Amino acid sequence: MAQVTFEEISASDFFYRNRDIAGFTNPSRAIFAAVRELVENSLDAAESLKIPPDIYVRLSYEEEASRETQVYRLRVEDNGIGVPPRHIPSAFGQVLFGSKYKLKQQRGTFGLGGKMAILYGQITTHQPAIVISSTGMSKIYMYKLMIDIQRNRPIILDRKVLINKERWRGTIVEFCLEGDYLRAMPKILEYFKQTAMVNPYANLTFVDPKGRLYKFTRVTKEMPDPPKETLPHPYGVDVELLQRLIHVTPYKNMLEFLRNHFHRVGEITARKFLEFANISPSKKPKKLSHQEIVRLMHMLKKFKGFLPPDANCLSPLGEELLRAGIVKELKPDFVAVHQRKPSTYAGHPFIVEVGIAYGGEIPKKGSFVIYRFANRIPLLYDEASDVSVKVINAMNWRRYKVTPDMPIAILVHVCSTKIPYKTVGKEFIADRPEVRREIANGLREVARQIQRFLTKREHVDREKRRLGVFSRYLPKIAQFSTKLAGREKPPDVKKLLRSVRKFGAEGT
Amino acid sequence: MGQKEHKASIIERKKEVTTSLENLGLKIYEQMEKGYFPSIEMPSRSTENIYYDPNFRQFILGDRKVRRTARNIRHIRPFTQLVWAAFFSHELATQRKTSTLRDVYYSAQAYEMSFKDQQESNNIITDLETILGFSREDFNIFPEERSAVFGDLTIEYTVPGYEGKTLNLTSHPDGVMIGPALTSSEFVETSANKVIAIEKGGLFTRFIEENVHKKFNAILVLTAGQAPRATRHFIRRLNRELNLPVYIFTDGDPWGMHIAMVIISGSANAAHLRELTTPDAKWSGVWATDIVNYKLPTDPLDEVDIKRLYELQRDPRYKDPLWQREIKTFLKIKRKAEQEAFSRYGLTYIVDEYLPAKLEETK
Repeated sequence: MAQVTFEEISASDFFYRNRDIAGFTNPSRAIFAAVRELVENSLDAAESLKIPPDIYVRLSYEEEASRETQVYRLRVEDNGIGVPPRHIPSAFGQVLFGSKYKLKQQRGTFGLGGKMAILYGQITTHQPAIVISSTGMSKIYMYKLMIDIQRNRPIILDRKVLINKERWRGTIVEFCLEGDYLRAMPKILEYFKQTAMVNPYANLTFVDPKGRLYKFTRVTKEMPDPPKETLPHPYGVDVELLQRLIHVTPYKNMLEFLRNHFHRVGEITARKFLEFANISPSKKPKKLSHQEIVRLMHMLKKFKGFLPPDANCLSPLGEELLRAGIVKELKPDFVAVHQRKPSTYAGHPFIVEVGIAYGGEIPKKGSFVIYRFANRIPLLYDEASDVSVKVINAMNWRRYKVTPDMPIAILVHVCSTKIPYKTVGKEFIADRPEVRREIANGLREVARQIQRFLTKREHVDREKRRLGVFSRYLPKIAQFSTKLAGREKPPDVKKLLRSVRKFGAEGT
Repeated sequence: MGQKEHKASIIERKKEVTTSLENLGLKIYEQMEKGYFPSIEMPSRSTENIYYDPNFRQFILGDRKVRRTARNIRHIRPFTQLVWAAFFSHELATQRKTSTLRDVYYSAQAYEMSFKDQQESNNIITDLETILGFSREDFNIFPEERSAVFGDLTIEYTVPGYEGKTLNLTSHPDGVMIGPALTSSEFVETSANKVIAIEKGGLFTRFIEENVHKKFNAILVLTAGQAPRATRHFIRRLNRELNLPVYIFTDGDPWGMHIAMVIISGSANAAHLRELTTPDAKWSGVWATDIVNYKLPTDPLDEVDIKRLYELQRDPRYKDPLWQREIKTFLKIKRKAEQEAFSRYGLTYIVDEYLPAKLEETK
């Protein structure tokens, strides 16, 4: 009989074996994902201090790797919060370590995006990563790291401490990875453009392997308020979360446990709930059996007395910034934006922001240009499956005088503590009725605004055409009738032309 | 527009045309000078406004008017085209040049006046005819298609370079083309006492060869199918100015019948014009009853012929008993015959037997 062995694998090992989850599917996706993960970490690092981000990305060619792939060196510099020196090795060399395990709106997802990129680089090139960071104090720390994949531990190859005379603050990450830039290029450039659109307060610089410079300059220093951390809402909890809370809680009875670990639960609500669930307020949380925990979760979801979650933990862009971003990147003739009031699905708060733009640099391609964002991250893949696209396609645009042949761009931004992604690839948002309804209502609002614009423009165009027709023909009538009548001087048509404007639209 | 009876002198008539063009220009000029958008009123040519007038024995336009105004965005383009067409006609008249509808279409481009197609420019010329009550030949705009005349009639040219020159219309054995020069000629003298209009060129030539003009004292006119307006006007002048009766010979089918009818009573398309009809002209053959009486070789009527006959049966121009009788006969025998069918009795039979008999019958 064959021996079956069970072995525990480390988190690094797990992600190494399942890199598809983090988007490192193929050489082209991998290089895109690496750029994206590091840029987003940098944006978060700057925004958490409410500093307008300055991010510099350089991708340079190192050598051929295979027939279709090359080795590139990726360097990302930011002016963010910086990483305290003792955390640097773990933050960049240990998967599932990081600051992103509390409930607030965040770009990154597992706290592993950046590390995944470094891990991928190490797997494909066997070269260490270099991390330089300072929190703006007197020293700068430089680490040369590799990841021990089996044990999920950082290996420090070198460490230097530099004097920070200029009080630089920020983080620089540099490592090598294998990829296919030529195939990834369109997506990477599109990623920068769209990122610039929803981060109009950021300076983004990208130098590609051919030495081409792409610069996206900020148009404002205004920034949205950073999201506040929040407790989980009772409607959104699962058994796993309950068990973890019970494990760590210092509170000795259920009343205190509910009051202190859940969002929107005060003493009165907690008492009402416990009565509803038939649980004694003095029961010790740690004494709950597994069955009781499962029952608790079901009762939490069933109870109607909880207030909906507060949206403080969300950081939408706001109409001003959304408008500024669209104007900056698309230079449209018209733009309308709208932010919906906070709403919830399954206990998770979310806010939908939409924008619509007409003309300018938006191409006429026979269908709308659609920009999708989730927590300020551009979603560039699987457009057809996204809930926004479904809503857009289901709308009767003709009602708003909008036709697909117009140069129109539509932007949908969903922000939430938990974006309802459909797949682990996190490239499109699932069709949740609550989310769908908010997107549809938002789009209707901006559609009404563009309808007013299009109607007005049509009117102006018609007036222009009318005037054009009259100024073309009236002088000719004057000319020919003068000759026919045998007169010298043609009658003055200026007065007639002036009165044309006043008539309005007779004859239509 | 009142009916303009013919003026004896071609020159005077030309003058009348140029004056009316100038007056149109002046009317528009004065409206603009006063600060108004110019406008023109004219009888509507829509089918609801076309009536058959038994007194004139032709179609006429009713009282309904349309107003073209430069103030209306949809009118201003045709309005401008109309003023241009008047100007262009005036230029033609004063420079004594002639033109064709096709020519007008192209000439417009020299003045940065575009017509989107031939039809649009034709419509504008028809508007001008409607407003002024003159036909386009009076504006020196002639059709492409040409017909001919032969017989003892002396005419005097009025066209540049030929003023005062005279010509006898027997001088060329193929006949003389009824073009702008002949149309604008004065009639000097004739020994003829009738006009015979013939549909087809072959028979026209046969008649000349057989000296029909002498034997019957006739001026022969070739209509070459449906008679062009210039020819219809010419026939009318022969009838009115020289008091000659007009006899029309066509094929024995509904289409030939209608060629005769258009010479006699005009067409609905020309309801806005007078002086194109010859109400006293006679259709002398080939009748349906002739087909029976002369036992002519025939072809069967096809569906289109029969449909056309039913249309004609309801047409007010055909209410006369003779026409109704012939239509019924066609529908009964369901046969048709061409003019050439008489050749079965020999080449001269038509001249020797048929023609004198029919002239007598339709006198």
